[in-house]
Parts: sequence; C-alpha cells; structure tokens
Amino acid sequence: MATTTVKPETLVGKKVRRREDPRLITGTATYLDDIKLPGMYHACVVRSPYGAARIKSVNIKPALELPGVAAIFTGDDVKDLPSVPCVAQLPGLRMPHHHMLAQDRVYFVGHPIAVVVARDRYLAADAADAVEVEYEELPAVADPEKALAPGSPAVHPQWPDNTAFTFHQEGGHIEEAFREADVIVKQRITSQRLIPMAMETRGVVADWHAAEKSLTLYSSSQAPHLLRSLLAGIFGIPENRLRVVAPEVGGGFGSKIDIYAEDMLMTFVTQRLNKPVKWVESRRENFLGTIHGRGHVDYYELAAKRDGTMLGLKLKIIQDLGAYLQLLTPAIPTLSVLMMPGLYKFKHISADVIGAFTNCFPTDAYRGAGRPEATHGIERMVDILAAELKMDPAELRLKNFPAPEEFPFPTATGLAYDSGNYALPLKTALAEVEYDKLREEQKQGRQTGKLLGIGMSAYGEICAFGPSPATPTGGWESATVKIEPSGKVTILTGASPHGQGEETTFAQIAADELGVNIDDIVVYHGDTQLVQYGIGTFGSRGTAIGGAALYYALQELKEKIKKFGATLLEANQVSLSGGACIDEKSGKSVSFAEIAAAAYRALKLPPNTQPGLVATHFWEPPNFTFPFGAHVVITEVDRETGEIAIRRYVAVDDCGKIINPLLVAGQVHGGVAQGLGQALWEQAVYDDNGQLLTGELTDYAVPRAHMMPWIEASHTVTPSPVNPLGVKGVGEAGTIGCSPAVVNSVVDALSHLGVRHLDMPLTPEKIWRIVQAGGQA
Amino acid sequence: MIPREFDYEAPTSLQETLQLIASGERKLLAGGMSLIPMMKLRLATPDSLVDLGRVPGLNHIVESSGTLQIGATATHHDIETFPLIRGRCPLLAEAASHIGDVQVRNRGTIGGSIAHADPAADYPAALLALEAQIRLVSASSDRIVPAVEFFLDAFTTALEPGEIVVEVLVPAEPGAEGYSYEKAPHPASGFAIVGVAARIQRSGGKISLARIGVTGLGARAFRAMEAERLLESGSSLDQAVATVGEGEDANSDLYASAEYRKHLARVRAKRALEVALRRAS
Ligand SMILES: Cc1cc2nc3c(=O)[nH]c(=O)nc-3n(C[C@H](O)[C@H](O)[C@H](O)COP(=O)(O)OP(=O)(O)OC[C@H]3O[C@@H](n4cnc5c(N)ncnc54)[C@H](O)[C@@H]3O)c2cc1C
Repeated sequence: MATTTVKPETLVGKKVRRREDPRLITGTATYLDDIKLPGMYHACVVRSPYGAARIKSVNIKPALELPGVAAIFTGDDVKDLPSVPCVAQLPGLRMPHHHMLAQDRVYFVGHPIAVVVARDRYLAADAADAVEVEYEELPAVADPEKALAPGSPAVHPQWPDNTAFTFHQEGGHIEEAFREADVIVKQRITSQRLIPMAMETRGVVADWHAAEKSLTLYSSSQAPHLLRSLLAGIFGIPENRLRVVAPEVGGGFGSKIDIYAEDMLMTFVTQRLNKPVKWVESRRENFLGTIHGRGHVDYYELAAKRDGTMLGLKLKIIQDLGAYLQLLTPAIPTLSVLMMPGLYKFKHISADVIGAFTNCFPTDAYRGAGRPEATHGIERMVDILAAELKMDPAELRLKNFPAPEEFPFPTATGLAYDSGNYALPLKTALAEVEYDKLREEQKQGRQTGKLLGIGMSAYGEICAFGPSPATPTGGWESATVKIEPSGKVTILTGASPHGQGEETTFAQIAADELGVNIDDIVVYHGDTQLVQYGIGTFGSRGTAIGGAALYYALQELKEKIKKFGATLLEANQVSLSGGACIDEKSGKSVSFAEIAAAAYRALKLPPNTQPGLVATHFWEPPNFTFPFGAHVVITEVDRETGEIAIRRYVAVDDCGKIINPLLVAGQVHGGVAQGLGQALWEQAVYDDNGQLLTGELTDYAVPRAHMMPWIEASHTVTPSPVNPLGVKGVGEAGTIGCSPAVVNSVVDALSHLGVRHLDMPLTPEKIWRIVQAGGQA
Repeated sequence: MIPREFDYEAPTSLQETLQLIASGERKLLAGGMSLIPMMKLRLATPDSLVDLGRVPGLNHIVESSGTLQIGATATHHDIETFPLIRGRCPLLAEAASHIGDVQVRNRGTIGGSIAHADPAADYPAALLALEAQIRLVSASSDRIVPAVEFFLDAFTTALEPGEIVVEVLVPAEPGAEGYSYEKAPHPASGFAIVGVAARIQRSGGKISLARIGVTGLGARAFRAMEAERLLESGSSLDQAVATVGEGEDANSDLYASAEYRKHLARVRAKRALEVALRRAS
C-alpha cells in the first residue's frame, strides 16, 4: 500500500477549459440532423400561409402520386389524439385544444396542415408543395391590445373577448401607498416579441420498434425526461418502453423546453409506418413554428415619497400569448409579477395580468422568461422616478435597496430573496466607469450638441427553478455517481445541458470532492435510458440544483469510500483527501483505485456494507436563488443619424460562488448579446393579417459578432445559502441586466430634450425622429 | 429551404456557355450567393443552371492602357484584396470590403452582383461613381455599356436574354484622387440602407471633379449629378448634398422609412465627401 499521495490542485473556481469543445470545434459532435437510421423516411410539414382561415379542402392526391412518397396525413388522421400539452395552470385558464394538425381552421401562419412522408427530404419537400389546400381567409388579429378591444376578430370563435385568463396578485395595501405618496409616475412600457433563434433549429427522429412496442425518439430538447413523460401519456406508450435522447443540442434559450406538434407528429408517423422518420425544421419554420418570447405591453404606476423612498408599484401586463398555449405559455407573465419589485423595498404591490390570444405563434420561456420584462419595467420606472424627483438614478437605487443584513429579504410578492449585497455591484460598476467624471463630460458635451448617455440597471432575478410546488414540471434534480471498478468516475445528471458546459463544471465539482483527476471523470446526460429521471436545463437551474444533487450524491459515496478505506487500512477512522483514504494515526493510506477495486472484488466488506460504489441523489431545493448585479452602459448617440454607439459596457454580476469563470463569462457575454438584440435590433413583427414580416434572418436582426461592444465583465460573490455549493445561476443574468441599462443610457443621452421613455428596439430612425422633434416622441 | 429539382451543367469554355444560354432558358450560376438562397426559398425555380465556375479566363484582374479589366467571376474577396485594385481603384476595393461577410465575399462575384442588380447592393454605387463600363457578350454580340445605362430598375439591367457579363472596365485612378464609400448597413441583412460612393479631384484648392454614386435609396443605384455639378462649381458641401436623392422615389421598409432613408443618404453623402476631400491631395 502506498503511504504518500499527492493532492491534486482544486479545480472549482478555476478557468478549466470546456471539455465539450473539442468535439464541437472539430465538427464531430452528433446533432439531431446527423442521425441516420437504416430505412429512415423524411417528413415535411405543409403549413398555412394565412394567419386565420377556414380550411375548405385539402387534396393530397396529386402529392401522393409523386415518386417516393410513402404517406400523407392530415388533420382528420389525428383528430382524436390529445392536445399539444401545456402544463401551466391558472384559475379559469381557457385552454384551446391544440391539435398537432389543423382541423377545420388555421390560427397562425405556419400552422401545420398535413405531414408528407417520403423517401428523402427533397421528395418530401416537392410533395408538400403539391398538396392542394383551399382556404377561406378570415379576419385576424396580431396585436394583443387590439385583440382585447371590443369588436376585434376572435382568434378562437368560442371566446370572442380573446382573453385566455386574468390573474391578480397583491401584497401589502396598495391604495395606502398611493395615498401616502408625494409623487406618482406612470408609464406604458413594452417588451416586444422576440424570436429565440437557437443556432440549431429543432428536429425529431422517431423510431418505433413494433415487435417490442417501444419507441426511441431523438429530439433537440432541453428536457428529455419531460418529453418522455408527456409523449408516453399522449400516445399510451409505457414510459419504460419510451426512450428519449437529446443529442448534441445547438442552443435552446428556452425554446426547446416545449413539447411541439412535430414531436407528436413524428411519433404518430413512425407508429403508422413502422419505419424511422426524421423531420428537421428549416430556419423559416423556426421563425414561424418555434416559440417566441416576451410580447408584453405593461402599464406601470410607481408611488414614492419626495425623498425617493419607493412605496408602492402597480402593474398591468397584457401578455401576447399567440394562438395556443405551449408548455408554459400562461405562466411566464406570472414570473414577471413575482419579480416586479426588482431589488427595491416596496411594501405594496398590485398586479394584473391579462393573457390575450392573437393569431401568432405562442410565446413561452425565452432566456430570462418573464424576468427581463419585469426588470426592464422596474429599471425604467426607477429612472423615470429619478427624473421626476431630479435625483441621481444611482442614488435613488442605493436608497431603496435592502441592506445585506436584511436577508433573507421578504418581498411584497411573497418571495424570500436568499442573500444579497445589492449596493456593491452598482458601486463597483459606477467606480469602474468613473461615474462623476462622466456626468461632467456629459454636461460639457451638451453645450456642443454631443449626446452622451450614462445608463444603469440594478437587476435581480429568480433562478434555480425551483421548489417543486412553484414549478409545473417539478423543480428538483437528480444525479448518479458511479465509481467503476478501475476507479474511473461516471456521472449521470438529470439536467440536460445544451451549451452551458456542465460536462466541465460537474467534473470539476466531482474532482475536488473525490480528489481524483478530472480526466478520470465523464459526465453523461440527455438520454432517458442512460440517466435516472431528471427535470432538465432551463431557468438557470443546472448547477444550482443539478450541481447540488451531484454534491449530495458525492457525499454519500465518500462515506462508503471511507468505510472501504478503513477496512483496507484496518483502521477505525480514516479521512478522504487527495484521492486516497488516510489513517491519521498510522499515516498509512490507500488509493482511490485500490478502494474501487476492493469495493467490486468484495473479498472483505465493511460491516453492514454491500459491494459497489454507486450513489444516486434526488435533491429538492428549499428555495429559489436570487442572483443580482449591475450593468452600466455608456452610449453616444449620433444626432444626425440617430445611430447609437456603445462606448463602454460594464457588467458586474453576482451569481454566488463561481465554479468556472470562463463559463460564467461565456454566459454573461451571450446573455448580453441577446439583451442588446432586444434593446437595439430584434423584433418579431406581425402585420394585421398575421403575416410575420420579419420571418427571415435578412429581416430579423440578431446581433452578430461585429455588432457587439467589448464587455467588461466582473463579479462580486455573495454565496447562496440555498444550496451547498453556494451558487445562484448565471444563464439569464446578461439578458436581464442588459436591455434596461442600454435603454436607460439612451434615454439619459436625450433626457435634456425632455425624453422620458423609449420603447425597444431603439432603431436609428426612431431616435433621429425624436432628436428632430426636439424630444417630442 | 430545399430547391425544386433542376438540371446542372458546367461548361468549360465561354463559347460553350454562350451556346447553352443562347435560348435564354437556362440560368447562369456564378457565386450562388443571391441565386441559391432564392432557389432554396423557391422564389426562383430555374429548370436548368449553367455554372460559370469552370469557364477559364473569366476571373482576370489586369490593367491595360489605363483601364482595369475585372473578369465577371472575380470574387468580392479578390476585388477587396488584389493589390492592383487597391492601388489603382481603391474605391472599388473599399466597396467590396463592405459586402456581406467573409464567406459571402469568398464566393460572390462582381458579375453576379451586378447582373442580379439588387437595389441595395454595394458595387453599383461605386461603379457609377467610377464611370465604369460593362462588357456584355452573347453568341452573336459583344458590346460595352456604361454603368449608368446598365442599372435600369430593381433587379433589372440592360442584359438581353442570352447575354452574359464578361468583364467590368474601370478607369484606373490618377494617384491624386480622393474617394470614400460610406454605408449604413441594415442590421439584419447587412445590405445597404443607403450606400454612397464619392470621388473627388482637386486642383488649385477647388474641386475639379466630383462623382457621387448612391445605392439603397431607390429602385436602382444612381448618380447624384446635381450635387456633383454644384460641387464642381464651388458650392458648399451642405448645399450640394441637400440635392442628393431629390426627385427619387425612395424605398421604405420596417427598418427605415423613405423620409429617413433620404435624410440618411444626405448625411452619408456628406461624410463620404468629407473623407474623399481629405484624401484628395
Ligand atoms: C449573407 C449574404 C450577405 C450579403 N450581403 C451583401 C451586401 O452587403 N452587399 C451586396 O452588395 N451584396 C450582398 N450579398 C449578395 C452577394 O454580393 C452576391 O454574391 C451577389 O449579389 C451575387 O453574386 P454571385 O456571384 O453570388 O451570383 P449568383 O447568385 O450566382 O447569381 C446572381 C444572378 O446573377 C446572374 N449571373 C451571375 N453571373 C452572371 C454573369 N456573369 N452574367 C450574367 N448574369 C450572371 C445569375 O443568373 C443570377 O440571376 C450578400 C449575400 C449573402 C448570401
């Protein structure tokens, strides 16, 4: 037995390079479209060109006669099957039956009408073109406020008011706050419809094995277990005969949590044809038929004292739901309500949400899901209040934060913010940009017509979804750790990373806990046949919950390892460190590999201990986590053209403890890119007939690398007490902190012209017109 | 995103190419950067493509007696980077550098771009300002058309059925000239909302020659001749650029209205001229 071991350096907190990158960079990763099964058919979906129409007839005959066409299915074939699922529940929610293929009406452009199955995808596309559909166009409505107006066309004829639900929440005594107030500021604020735009579009391969009555379904999904459970229920396939695999997933941003009509359609088709079948979404289809995000019209009223003390906040949200309810559609605006106070000590809140049906594709969780809207709203309102009070916006914020010793901090919306030091990131960011100097420069510049803007946001978010009672999908996560007989470590996580990098961070955590080399650890995920049940990756939950489950599984294993170590060393008590068990008394040690071998060889078992070294842990979190931070953005507005240049972007985020700074930086950068997209460029625009006018990448402006400013990202660290790792989550932070900071900055640049508010996106023409009109929007 | 079925031919001589397209039924394929996206969206459904990629002698870039001859299949990247163009016609190189991204510039060709005649394409502004000429050849004809007579309307040129662009002829720049290409790109497509190409020659403190080409504003690129005339007769920059786009029917879309586009064309024209003036010795 060895008597000395070298303790490897600890890895948590270090910039460990992503272990998933070699396969991604060399193009050898297997994405959905790389999957080819013997005898596989290809499907193409025929879609509605109208936002609202009655289907008069569907003639599949000419298409069926084309070479290589195996089958065509229409609405009639699937009319008895359950709805595309929505798991969110609200009192009185009106849930239209969302057939996977349209029945007698279409409700949005892109609505699936028929599915054509052929020998290859080219033949399928040609045959889809040959399907003849006769429509009678109906009046449509695409704007949520218009949809709610009396006399508007009814999206669903049975609900002429286009109202899916109303939701009310109150905390404190709102009327009291408004009575006590010295000032009340009001503003209508929109968060436009956005398209998540994962680099990899969706896709499904379904493979029915008739003899075993079992199905293997590959889908570009963020939540394969959830997909399995829902499909099993819809098709009556026993869950133990249904395997869902999420292969390499090229981005999701929330859009791949959902179960889609096409997941169901391919399941239906493979069962009917007894052949594997593949459908891969085109970019055009991705625009039309994968969930959109945001879609808010918000009416805010903020009541405050003259000294800046914030008292009460009223909010009315009109949520553009689209034509149907996807997995979580109606729940998203309720998250905005939860986070409406932002980081401020409001005692009184009141919120009303109206969910409006429109002839558009459904909205659902898109990076940030409800929190960007809430943060954008409150951070705009704080600036508007600051302008009204002629107070510095930073000072106003600092005045209303809870102090670090007030945590856990109870909010008027019923949450308990876990831990925080809200002033620190804001002060850090302001010091970084030399705030006072900038204000001076701004003053000077204005005399010569220069438009310099200094904007900030102090954001908070609710992450790590979440305690199960608050999460419709279930809110725990699972991990299995297997130490193989050779001492190699296999981790199975119920989370389903798709770019976040948990194959790296989870290996870092395990390497430190077990004291083994990271190269001896492999992390698997995304295959329901391989991994124990799990919830998936969304809502910045992967590390905060999945990582915590892993941590506890590792603790269980460590106890067992120590028992075997003590038996081998013939000692009463041993410690585990540096990849070995050590008898403190004798100084003797036994290596990890030797213990693993002994645990499986099982010649000598510790008392009351069975062979093997495997532990599985399911962990239910006691609370959400609440990351926070501050973004400060310096902009220069070209008064001649209205173009906006970002001079500096400073992000100070607090996501609790950091497992890997490289990955955290990546999340912040990506998040900021999407936040900037919303602030400056992106918008999904439907016309009054429900046509998507920005349905191609030539019209829908996703930020590209050359459009990005340099992001100066740094961190403060306030550990979360909610989980043993002290982590909070950072997947959505950048998106949430960004858009209000940018808009606040541009409004600030124009504030001396009397500008109080601007709705996104801040296109040059919009800005130019305002400057032209001397501030009059 | 899958094109209709089509035939494909790849001739290896110009003669063969001209014969193939003589009937006017087959469509030429150059870099494919405009044609293939349209085919994938099934907005274009040609029965037959004739690929120019293997036709020799079509991608030359040479100078002969003061004129640059640029072959139709010279890529945007060639034009952006070739020392001869950078040295003897830097305005064209600058315009090429603004086209799309690296991948697009590596595949796309000048012949394809001008034949396609997208109203927001970059080359037309530069070619108009440069007073370039375009050589068109068919099985039975060979003619040279000035750029002003080539760009007729959106996606419409002087090309006759059976004709092909074989080369673009650009007068080499006298060293003392100032130039600039100013582009306001659409944030999604990267095409020009407006793009202004300017050339300036000075003599004795005065502007002796001004050429201004404008793209993106209307259905076709045009020369701002009134502004040129004003500059050459001693008017101020502001007076001159105020006439840019006058009488033009400006494009309008979700991103930029006609009014804003016209305004932007003037601002960009002024900025292009300012740079050109600075560069003109
Ligand atoms: C992502 C992207 C971004 C782009 N951004 C820009 C931009 O910013 N600015 C810009 O100006 N352009 C832009 N383009 C267009 C690009 O410049 C194309 O390369 C160009 O418009 C067409 O050239 P091509 O060689 O690719 O022609 P193709 O696409 O092969 O052909 C285009 C048309 O021209 C015809 N044709 C081709 N060659 C000839 C010839 N020699 N004689 C007669 N007819 C011919 C074809 O039949 C076809 O009708 C962009 C394209 C893409 C895909």
